[in-house]
Amino acid sequence: MINKQISSPAEAVADIFDGATVMVGGFGEAGSPIELIHALIDQGATNLTVVNNNTGSGEVGLAALIQAGRVSKMICSYPRTANSTVFPKLYHSGQTELELVPQGTLAERIRAGGAGIPAFYTATSVGTPLAEGKEVRNIDGRDYVLEYGLTADFSIIKGLVADTYGNLIFNKTARNFAPVMAMAGRTTIAQAATVVAPGKLDPETIITPGIFVQRVVHVEHPEYESELVAKGATYPS
Amino acid sequence: MTTSEQVIGRTREQMAERVALDIPDGSYVNLGIGIPELITRYVPEGREFIYHTENGLLGMGPSPAEGEGEPELINAGKRRVSAIDGACYFHHADSFAMIRGGHIDLCVLGALQVAKNGDLANWSTGGKDAIPAVGGAMDLVAGVKTIYVITQHNTKHGDPKLVDACTYPLTGVGVVSRIYTDLAVIEVTERGFQLVELSPGVSFEYVQERTGAELIPIATE
Repeated sequence: MINKQISSPAEAVADIFDGATVMVGGFGEAGSPIELIHALIDQGATNLTVVNNNTGSGEVGLAALIQAGRVSKMICSYPRTANSTVFPKLYHSGQTELELVPQGTLAERIRAGGAGIPAFYTATSVGTPLAEGKEVRNIDGRDYVLEYGLTADFSIIKGLVADTYGNLIFNKTARNFAPVMAMAGRTTIAQAATVVAPGKLDPETIITPGIFVQRVVHVEHPEYESELVAKGATYPS
Repeated sequence: MTTSEQVIGRTREQMAERVALDIPDGSYVNLGIGIPELITRYVPEGREFIYHTENGLLGMGPSPAEGEGEPELINAGKRRVSAIDGACYFHHADSFAMIRGGHIDLCVLGALQVAKNGDLANWSTGGKDAIPAVGGAMDLVAGVKTIYVITQHNTKHGDPKLVDACTYPLTGVGVVSRIYTDLAVIEVTERGFQLVELSPGVSFEYVQERTGAELIPIATE
């Protein structure tokens, strides 16, 4: 019998190990799996390489994970956001390394990794500092940069509704990186506000097929970064 | 900046309105953060544009009032927005397939510098202490069919933003086709910066003085 539902965020992230690469869904606060991130902070894994578009805001969620000193390397496109104060400190002190990747290249590297494609050529970044040291190939008269696929030991993402096979649908612009991260994570853990039995989701509307999701956790009322930041919340409090 | 300088040329709103005049009906448009966002207010009568925001929405509508809207319905600047009737959501790889695959017709971006060959610098001043952040800018300039720049003609310090060659790190090589500033509309051509239109009350000499490269005057018959 297949039932991917795990009873708590803590249990779902229990085996994330020191030194793991973890993809974290979300674009800013939209789609950020805050409860799974907080469970990961409690769990204590460290020396993580984290892939996310940003670096969190305030002192909750991803920013709190970084602040707790658990992230040795960030792979992201935009580590500057309003209320993003934690990452700059650790970056300047040399505690957290940064690999800056153009946003579309980041998404495609994750998609490629999840699809078993080791590398691809793209016109993005040609002639810029972000192409330095990378192989360039001219195809049909245009230059392209070689970029490598990205995979992760774990992906933690947020859906709106999951079934116990791991099929997912998302909420508006909270979808962002989650579907490709689900593909690229060897173990993908999805929190969802509603978890239903197989057959309750219309197969025509499923966005992420369950084969890409290994664990589902029910988080009925997920918190939002902006609301926590507005309240001055920190994690751990 | 002195008061006398402020009244010369177009305001930010007028610049945005001027850009909107040049966008064909039916265009799929991606707007950068800042002045480009103002363009949505000036869609000419009888035209319809569909706005793409790279975080996964085609058919972006106006921002709700402050404090309203939803935390998971945002634009690329992480500001709350709305979705028009007929909008659709998609994931990041699909969103950038629209960009890389040449499906988006036009992107309007801000700039730190534009060179006379169309090179754009708009993501970093290269400062040693600055945390580099690029977002989707490099993907947009490499993939979108047409790139317009909307920017003040000069920096706050009076330095020209239109230059012979960019000194800041590049976002893309030879990607800009038109520049809309407070002082003029300028086309990037094989011969360099071709003046297309002066803002009302602005002379050619005034713009040339504030431009870091030669400006080709409008041809007279």
